[in-house]
Amino acid sequence: MIRSLVVTALVAVAGLVAVAADEVAPPQVTAAAAARKVVKIHGAGGVRGLESYQSGMIVSPDGRIVTAMSTVLDSDEIDCVLDDGRRFRGTLVGVDPRREIALLTIDATDLPAFMLEPAGRVATGTRIMALSNLFAVAAGDERVSVQRGVVAAIVPLAARRGAAEAPYTGDVYVLDSTTNNPGSPGGAVVDSHGRLVGMLGKELRTTAGGIWLNYALPVDEIALGCEAIMSGTAAEPAAAGPLESLDLRLVGIVLVPDLIDRTPPFVESIVPDSPAARAGLRADDLVVAVGGVSVASRAAVQKAAGGIAPGDPLRLSVIRDGTVIDCDVGPRPRGRGTP
Amino acid sequence: MIPTPVLLRRGAPPRQRILAAVFVAVASGAAAGAAARAADVDPVVLEAERSRVDAIRRASAAAVSIFAGEAGGGSGVLLTPDGYAATNFHVVQPAGPALTCGLSDGRLHDAVLVGIDPTGDLALVKLLGRDDFPCAELADSDLVDVGDFCFAAGNPFLLATDLRPSISAGIVSGVHRYQFPAGTILEYTDCLQVDAAINPGNSGGGLFDAQGRLIGVNGRASFEKRGRVNVGAGYAISSNQVRNFLGCLRAGRICDHATLGATVSTSAEGRVVVSDILESSDAWRRGLRYDDEIVALAGRPVRSVNAFKNVLGTLPAGWQVPLVSRRGGRRFEMLVRLAAIHAPAELAAIVAGGAEEEKPRQGGEAAKPELPEAVRGLHEPRSGFANHHFNVVERDRVAAAIAAARGSLPSGPWVFAGRLATGDEFRIELSDTSASIDLPTGTSTLAVDDALDRSPVPPGSGGMLAALVLWRQLVTAGPAAVGRTIFWGTAPRDPAKLGDAAIVEFVDVLESAASGVEARFAVDGGRVVAIDLWTSPDAEPCEIRLVWNDAGEAGSQAMPARLEVSRGGQEFGTFVIEPAAPQGVSP
Repeated sequence: MIRSLVVTALVAVAGLVAVAADEVAPPQVTAAAAARKVVKIHGAGGVRGLESYQSGMIVSPDGRIVTAMSTVLDSDEIDCVLDDGRRFRGTLVGVDPRREIALLTIDATDLPAFMLEPAGRVATGTRIMALSNLFAVAAGDERVSVQRGVVAAIVPLAARRGAAEAPYTGDVYVLDSTTNNPGSPGGAVVDSHGRLVGMLGKELRTTAGGIWLNYALPVDEIALGCEAIMSGTAAEPAAAGPLESLDLRLVGIVLVPDLIDRTPPFVESIVPDSPAARAGLRADDLVVAVGGVSVASRAAVQKAAGGIAPGDPLRLSVIRDGTVIDCDVGPRPRGRGTP
Repeated sequence: MIPTPVLLRRGAPPRQRILAAVFVAVASGAAAGAAARAADVDPVVLEAERSRVDAIRRASAAAVSIFAGEAGGGSGVLLTPDGYAATNFHVVQPAGPALTCGLSDGRLHDAVLVGIDPTGDLALVKLLGRDDFPCAELADSDLVDVGDFCFAAGNPFLLATDLRPSISAGIVSGVHRYQFPAGTILEYTDCLQVDAAINPGNSGGGLFDAQGRLIGVNGRASFEKRGRVNVGAGYAISSNQVRNFLGCLRAGRICDHATLGATVSTSAEGRVVVSDILESSDAWRRGLRYDDEIVALAGRPVRSVNAFKNVLGTLPAGWQVPLVSRRGGRRFEMLVRLAAIHAPAELAAIVAGGAEEEKPRQGGEAAKPELPEAVRGLHEPRSGFANHHFNVVERDRVAAAIAAARGSLPSGPWVFAGRLATGDEFRIELSDTSASIDLPTGTSTLAVDDALDRSPVPPGSGGMLAALVLWRQLVTAGPAAVGRTIFWGTAPRDPAKLGDAAIVEFVDVLESAASGVEARFAVDGGRVVAIDLWTSPDAEPCEIRLVWNDAGEAGSQAMPARLEVSRGGQEFGTFVIEPAAPQGVSP
């Protein structure tokens, strides 16, 4: 305790004068040491828009691995590939749906592991390195990718994935480099001493501007999440509720009245000079797909449209005279309209 | 479902929509602020800053901005004072043989395409108008480590309208990365991955280390749903791969990449083993078989299939490289010749695919009329070449070196004698019309005519006499006189030592088709140090290594001290030449 106080005092004094002769190891050494504690995870996915790979962090020598909760883990065969190329079958211990983290174990011992210690020193401006298997460029014993950056902000997360709000709303570290890519979730963020600072989260966009976010979940939250998983108290997030529908009149499409249980989604009329009119939609078209999702009823059309994130392209497929026609109505507007 | 990285040639405008994502700093101007702050800052920090600014200034001077009008453009990096600059194949392909290049001093230079490597996405161009261009020093990219500082200097989004390159800094995120071919044949093997921003337009530009030395040529990046802007994963062709291909590119050729003639896979125990092998391959002839483990290739350890592809991808077709294999606990070391991946016509079709490539013309001296004045006369289309003009330039250079090193060699018959390593005497006589060799096993003669392949003598040598005849022709009459002779490129002086030495020594290689045989001559400082001769394309070549005494031993320069002759990995004989012998001209 006394020693740490002295060190803190020294650092403070040195900090006033200049950058003190630092005991920090060269970044190459720190990167190599940290990379040994990061695993490449391969699981379910591989279909359109869903990667089958991500990253994970070893948090105990006996094989506990923290990673992001995602569809990659929806598999009986979760492969965890260590830095040395060894491959282990991961077992899902549990998930913390609020923080969107998952805990795996592999049958291994004497692994190099990150400590889940509080990262009190982290502040805006702290230099970091991010280690992950982004784009799955590393295979087998190839080392995961290392990126550098600084903590640009520590702010509550207000983000969404598609149209769904992210369940976690606590503080995250916003990073100044492009760290959160396909394959990055579950990757480690370390400080210049190689100490764990946070975990790269899933790909999200800000609620406010729709900008792709580069961020990490702080290590303190990871520790709390692990405890919750181990004790079985990990809470379900507040029910997100069913997806809200989008009233297609916002883009100029008036569908036939929803009179029966599964009203076929015929277009009643198109508002002149509307996005739908410019996209070439016409009255009596039958909508068969929205955003590539097939729809069989009027309600399904509005619901599928509501699942498209504001600003993303709203694409409809209609049948006209026996032919399927694809129409791009332009960006999906904000708001829901009046259901 | 791993996304395939895409190439970074910047297409034609519009460019406005993507500007927001660029994080660049222009090199100049950084020093100005330093003086004002100097009083408050630790000297160590100032020194670090100064050294970084210096490195960026030097790299910027060697950076080339390539503009190709409607065909887009990209970046390049100067490698030699006389204007040879590296860039990407995918940058020059749509641009044609004439380019306009800008340097950071604000000057524009005409440039001409020299050579291309479509598989490795490399190209060499030559800037015109100076013989004292600033150029980048090539570093050994195998020494680059993850976490090293690095920066890119280039022309992202074709922003360099004032010709000053944009600098984007970062660290090396990964080394020895293997990137699958992206839709085309362009395969990025053994590349460097960086988090420095690599954007469309950075293609072909230099990646530099903290000292401002060239460690790679940027060319690719992982893009995905965020549009064609940097997402923190850019890829550069390693400087060592550039170094390996440089000689072949200077030859004006359409270069090809190499295959071992064998495929490998990972065994259950995690070893890299031969899963298929062509019986026509050199590796098969050297004894490589199914299920043999590959331990090392070209002096680099092979521990995964990717590692194997990485090493192979850095090597030009036609090189001879060491291969180490293991079978049942026994270790085998062999030298194997690497074959070309593509048939020449295949490559030509790929090259023609993206751009309007002029058809090869007979005689091939006429350049396209619309070529700019400055480039006219420096471009000569010919089948198999990106620009045959530069082949003649390089062949003439080697010819001049051979002529200068010829010294007192007689222009009449050459006679030399000595003893074999076994102690037996030998005598060789070479003239314009005939050649003969006296060996303990008998005398062989060869008529110098149009059919040197008729009898590969002496028996068992694979054509030693024919090789020596062509050598004499090459030295006395010059390369242009030996059948059809081209400058092939460069190759390691001692392939067996690849991977041992930090610096690879290269020799010039001439390739001749003459009198029914094909031969390759390795030329070092004007002296032929190796001859490989094929009497038919499928035959094992006769391999002669000519060992010259070190300079300084009086009177020893005219003739080699020793000829080491082998065939198919088997020694045929070592001929120790008595120094006085070649001076006596007639028997």
